[in-house]
Amino acid sequence: MKFEDEPVPGYPLPILPGHSSPGRLERVLRSGTFAVTTELDPPDSADPEDVFSRTRIFDGYVDAINATDGSGANCHMSSMAVCSLLARKGYAIVMQISCRDKNRIAIQGDILGGAAMGVANILCLTGDGVQSGDHPQAKPVFDLDCMSLLELARNMRDNHQFQSGRKITFAPRVFLGAAANPFALPFEWRADRLAKKVAAGAQFVQTQYCYDVPRLRTYLNRVEDLGLFGKVFILVGVGPLRSAKAAEWMRTNVPGIHIPDAVIKRMAGAEKPALEGRQICVELIQELREFKGVSGVHVMAYRQEETVAEIIQKSGVLGGREPWHPTRDTPVQFEKET
Amino acid sequence: MYAVRRWSVRHARAMERFYNGFEWLLVTLHPLWKRVGYERLEKPVALVEQLSKGFLFDCKMCGQCALSSTGMSCSMNCPKNLRNGPCGGVRANGNCEVDPEMRCVWVEAFEGSERMAEGAKAIRVVQIAVDRRLQGKSSWLKVAREKGAAVEAALEKL
Repeated sequence: MKFEDEPVPGYPLPILPGHSSPGRLERVLRSGTFAVTTELDPPDSADPEDVFSRTRIFDGYVDAINATDGSGANCHMSSMAVCSLLARKGYAIVMQISCRDKNRIAIQGDILGGAAMGVANILCLTGDGVQSGDHPQAKPVFDLDCMSLLELARNMRDNHQFQSGRKITFAPRVFLGAAANPFALPFEWRADRLAKKVAAGAQFVQTQYCYDVPRLRTYLNRVEDLGLFGKVFILVGVGPLRSAKAAEWMRTNVPGIHIPDAVIKRMAGAEKPALEGRQICVELIQELREFKGVSGVHVMAYRQEETVAEIIQKSGVLGGREPWHPTRDTPVQFEKET
Repeated sequence: MYAVRRWSVRHARAMERFYNGFEWLLVTLHPLWKRVGYERLEKPVALVEQLSKGFLFDCKMCGQCALSSTGMSCSMNCPKNLRNGPCGGVRANGNCEVDPEMRCVWVEAFEGSERMAEGAKAIRVVQIAVDRRLQGKSSWLKVAREKGAAVEAALEKL
């Protein structure tokens, strides 16, 4: 999708009336186009090239890339730094902010800093507990929760002030997102929680991995009943399973992931499980595309990021359009691999 | 205590009724509290509050009690201090992601809120960020002072 007012890469797009950010993701979603986002596995390295090479594999397939903030409570390059490197190239980045590691003073500083560096989308998360990561001895902060974080970010953007009330001279113009998990208990409450997030400022949500379509449908019905369609863009999380064993491990050990037995059975019966996992993902995307109230998919392929392009291509969900990437509009290779 | 805490959630309706009466008393006695001095009352009242609510709810004395909005399940017992609902990590058996032996505070809260008269409405309202300065202070006195002052202001207008 090419915009008429396409800027020089690294510079913001003009903000259209009714939009809150100068970013591509908001443009794509508000135009009614089925959006595709993905997640970058941040390197355990200080080499910027590691970030660029991990990003390049998504070129031409995704509308925005999430930069995770110590996901799973593991140490990696910071979300802020990944965003800064990529926004400069012109990529649409979703900066994840988790409440686990920073208090409100640090977080508000990061929101300003991120926006200054070209971040147009912020995903407000509570974050995994420290016990699930590689530093269980760390101090969990949780000064805010995702809801008060959303409220605080919206206050900065719309009222041009910090939580303290002190003025901000140039407000961060950001599109605010949150996470949702329709597949965890208490199910009846999950849509209400989304309503709360929307009330607190969420404009889009990305969900946890979806493998249970009927449950998603029930959730979406409730979301519609609450009058939330049209108020929030819902991007459903999907991802390829590697094998029946991996799926079994995920659902027992990764908090919040629900995989029905039928899916595991299908994986176990497959001759080439990895291929089958990708096929399930492709079929799911195609199914979700027809869902009322689903604005896009968020493809998470942790440690198998190279499969994302293939999955999106096979699903045909882009319908021939080519999301922006640094070499799309110019024949010159912007960067040589070193 | 965990068992008592869960008992309190099961009796959220009764807790709500009791608290409504209790709050009315607190606010009505605002002129008296004022005369004695809120500062002077702070320590003893906070102690009583800590003992009683600590026993009933495992109260963490955040100083800005939200029990009426959390189905009488103290949300400060959530390892992530969530004030607005469960995180996405709730286990399939309804237990906590961080502490697998504990039932999710918010799964409890949701059940408690359904038992209350106003709880189901209150739990759907966004709670603002916690003011960490109030940690250890009496939430009762805060309510008495704030609501009492509001009543006074309203009376003066008449």
